Amino acid sequence: MQTQEQLHEFLTTSIGEPLGLDDDYFELGLVNSLFALELIKFVEHRFGITIEVADLDLDHFRTINRLSDFVAAKTDTVSRP
Amino acid sequence: MIGSEIALPTLSEAAKWDRAQELPSALLRDLRGSGLLGADIPPVYGGLGASATELGELCARVGGLCSSLRGLVTVQGMVSAGVLRWGTREQRDRWLPSLASGELIAGFAATEREAGSDLAAVRTEVAEQGDGFVVSGEKLWVTFGELADVFLVLGTASGRPATVLVEADRPGVRREPVRGQLGMRAAHLAHVEFENVWVPKENLLAPIGFGLSYVAATVLDHGRFTVAWGCVGMAEACLHEAAAHAARRTQRGVALGAHQLVRSLLARSVTDTAASRELCLRAARVRTEGAPEALVETVLAKYRAAEAAAAVADRAVQIQGATGCAPDSLAARCYRDAKVMEIIEGSAQVCELHIADNLLRQHGFRRGTGDG
Repeated sequence: MQTQEQLHEFLTTSIGEPLGLDDDYFELGLVNSLFALELIKFVEHRFGITIEVADLDLDHFRTINRLSDFVAAKTDTVSRP
Repeated sequence: MIGSEIALPTLSEAAKWDRAQELPSALLRDLRGSGLLGADIPPVYGGLGASATELGELCARVGGLCSSLRGLVTVQGMVSAGVLRWGTREQRDRWLPSLASGELIAGFAATEREAGSDLAAVRTEVAEQGDGFVVSGEKLWVTFGELADVFLVLGTASGRPATVLVEADRPGVRREPVRGQLGMRAAHLAHVEFENVWVPKENLLAPIGFGLSYVAATVLDHGRFTVAWGCVGMAEACLHEAAAHAARRTQRGVALGAHQLVRSLLARSVTDTAASRELCLRAARVRTEGAPEALVETVLAKYRAAEAAAAVADRAVQIQGATGCAPDSLAARCYRDAKVMEIIEGSAQVCELHIADNLLRQHGFRRGTGDG
């Protein structure tokens, strides 16, 4: 399963409603503080990367597409077609 | 096991501290370099590098003796965890060695008059000014706030959450010790006022906007974990004392332990204690794996362990009768301290919201947005 699909599956299951790839779940108020950190842990655990303080830019995390791009950049792999 | 060699105080010493409502300065001096205050900080920063389970077992040992001292381990660990996770290399190098050794005591200044469970409501202002920030606001119930050398302050910068490290000796920091609280009486609680306190930009921990969902969430998660294990220690200590009393004490020639109603109290305490220990071990295991479920598992462990500690301490007082109510009774102290555990680092009700939310979202329910 590609990065984008894995993120989509985790986020839709966690948030409990359908999400488009460019939906800003932070802006939509779907993320509380516990889940924001849970999302970080999921990305680190699933993709074997470490998110550091220098990576803390909400633009990396606010949509599935952006997060997928961020993971690709961190892992140095192209995950989107 | 890492941490097992650390010398801990006796129960009678802990009772004296509770009565005096302070930890002796000699103890705080002795703790420096003992490893207790930097148990899970990596050795590269001078800590012991304890695993989650080792940290938990250490907190259980300390919690079974003195919740106030465990509170010091907790708050030091919370601030250290925040710096370790979200500090720059320079910040980690600057702060962690002093926190690991105990040369610096840390306080987490989050709660305010109108912001407790809802930390998004904090009003403490972190205003950019020149090459630094000016911090203004009043924080309540800061554990070890009376002694802290540095505070991790949760505030708001132009409406966005921000966390800054504020040294206690900066002009404008004032503290008012709190005495006579229900439990954790030797935890040097204080209300702390920050009046136009200037700190350099290097003291900002994580970018503005990430103070709550990332820094405070990390810090509180660590706190819940150590509080949960402290509760296991309290429950185990109370259970041991209650059982010994029930086995030894006789009335009209019959041991208390021979009475079925006393046995019922003991059986429920055994079960509660064992269940909370298992949940704490499970949380430690998931934390070690780095899995995202670690956050909710930790909430679950803290919720159950705090509830168990309160119930087991209550039964221990009941079984011991007048002895349990005596001034220096362990059960009485735990009875008071355990109630505090049901409130701090996420009240029982906030924990319930998170636990239920976690269950419901697996069944298609829309995630709630209530923060803890």
